[in-house]
Amino acid sequence: MVYTGFMTIYWRDMIRFVRFKTLLISSLVQPALWMAFFGIAMSANFNRITAGIPPIPGVQGVGYLTFMAAGVIAMTTLFTSLFGGMSLLFDKNWGLMREVMASPLPRDNIIVGIALSGMTKSFIQATIIMTFGILLGAEFFAGFSPGKTVLSFLAILLFTGIFSLGFLFLSAAIAISLESPEGLQGIMTLLTMPIFFASNALYPVTAFPPVMQAISAVNPLTHLVSGIRYFAIGSDFQAIGIRYTTTPGELLLSLGVLVVFAAIMFALAWWRFQKAVVS
Amino acid sequence: MQKLGDDIIEVSDLVHRYGDFTAVDGISFAVRKGEIFSFLGPNGAGKSTAINVLITLLPLQQGTARVAGYDVAAEPARVRESIGIVFQEVTLDRDMTCWEILEFHGRLYNMPRKERSERIEELLRLVQLEAKRDTYTKHLSGGMKRRLEIARGLMTRPKVLFLDEPTIGLDPQTRIRMWEYIKAVNREGTTIFLTTHYMDEADQLSDRISIIDHGKIIATGKPWELKNLLGEDLIYMETSNNPAAMAHLREMEHVKEVGEKSRGLVVMVSQDGTHLLPLMMEALSREGIRITTVNLKKPSMDDVFVHFTGKEIRDEGSQSPAASLARARRR
Repeated sequence: MVYTGFMTIYWRDMIRFVRFKTLLISSLVQPALWMAFFGIAMSANFNRITAGIPPIPGVQGVGYLTFMAAGVIAMTTLFTSLFGGMSLLFDKNWGLMREVMASPLPRDNIIVGIALSGMTKSFIQATIIMTFGILLGAEFFAGFSPGKTVLSFLAILLFTGIFSLGFLFLSAAIAISLESPEGLQGIMTLLTMPIFFASNALYPVTAFPPVMQAISAVNPLTHLVSGIRYFAIGSDFQAIGIRYTTTPGELLLSLGVLVVFAAIMFALAWWRFQKAVVS
Repeated sequence: MQKLGDDIIEVSDLVHRYGDFTAVDGISFAVRKGEIFSFLGPNGAGKSTAINVLITLLPLQQGTARVAGYDVAAEPARVRESIGIVFQEVTLDRDMTCWEILEFHGRLYNMPRKERSERIEELLRLVQLEAKRDTYTKHLSGGMKRRLEIARGLMTRPKVLFLDEPTIGLDPQTRIRMWEYIKAVNREGTTIFLTTHYMDEADQLSDRISIIDHGKIIATGKPWELKNLLGEDLIYMETSNNPAAMAHLREMEHVKEVGEKSRGLVVMVSQDGTHLLPLMMEALSREGIRITTVNLKKPSMDDVFVHFTGKEIRDEGSQSPAASLARARRR
């Protein structure tokens, strides 16, 4: 029989996810609100500013809402994943983790279980944003056949899943090394700013100064957003007056960056968990 | 009666330090299969540190320890599979039901589904929480929480159950009921290792006790053996001249030891004190020493503790309202 101890951790974390109604609802409504307020406000502005730019013939042009919907999915995944370790920290502070740490369950199973439940939450959120975004007018999967839509949707979940695992591992590593939730909050805020803004989530990176361009190029968020846009919009489109093309090679590179990032973060979390003393 | 190899916990020269502070300072002891063994000592004596090393939550720094036949340093996983633990603080998720708490634990220890569900029903019956199986633990009373934790500790049919201060913060009636549950569990064959700073708990519950203070074991024995070390009776007296009285009393027959306390003398006698007391009063009055108050009693665990550690237990208000309030708030 395959040992599936991580499913025990997953099961408990999901029980809590559905049981804390306010947390559940806010985590589902929050990304929709981003789309509704920030998305509509910004797209009204951007669409006005870029109205004078002539469309490139033969290239599909998309509105700002469509452009930024991919960024909102990525941002929501980033936040949810970075805070995924919080439950570990609460468990640790309230002594609940001692039961798990004193059990024969290998510690990597804790990491995997928490990461899988975080990934599940990200999948739910990504699906909500896509659905809500399309309702608001984002042109996701426009002109796709039903089969291609399903495949594209699954591919987006694949990118989102690997990205969320990376940040969940990082979050778990930080949480197990810290004493207080406030500390985690502080570190997360410090991390989210550069990751979110030094990326292509909300605007093109072509006009960035070189340092920020370099950060953006290694930023996992950039690669997630590229992947989502590739599958939701296409390999060649125009938005905010700029033409975006993504070759299959570039797409594979993005996937590769996410996989490597997740692998490194898993190693980091594994190391921190082996060293952790919870008593 | 005990054969060699009947020890389920064997510890020798265990030392554990936190930085410069030595919490456990070279303790050696053995727990026999089937007994209830207690560590009795004040808060901060090193009891919890020692227990955390035995349950493999803290690394073994120095010395050796074997639990259920496995070395805690070399085979921590085997140790973990063989033991059950009830931690000092409540470690129940407030938003899970009693059934979920036990189910989670069974899954953690990789118990097969059928065995899990049978065991859960059996244990809920044992700790009389059948009616609460679908109740969130935040709605349980302190005693019920403790019982649920004991049930959880027994989920995997452990060879040894570790109980760290099992009745801390519980009211007197609930404590007595907890003792009954613990005894019942022990009768079914589970060896029990517990730590406590309650004298009466150690006395009522244990087959054997180790008194521990400042990280060292000061005395080990059955409760009556420890009490007998102090003699048949203890006579407390205040006199008009304590130093002189002490000198005279020490010369008398059947007097094992005379100690000085803050407000008088304590005399340990090896024979029935009711007969000796009149003789003492006579002898002292011949010397012109007047006895102002006198009290005679059988040695209690408190006396044993004071005798071995030279102080009253530093009981951080076991029943003081402020302390129990603070505890309640933490839960």
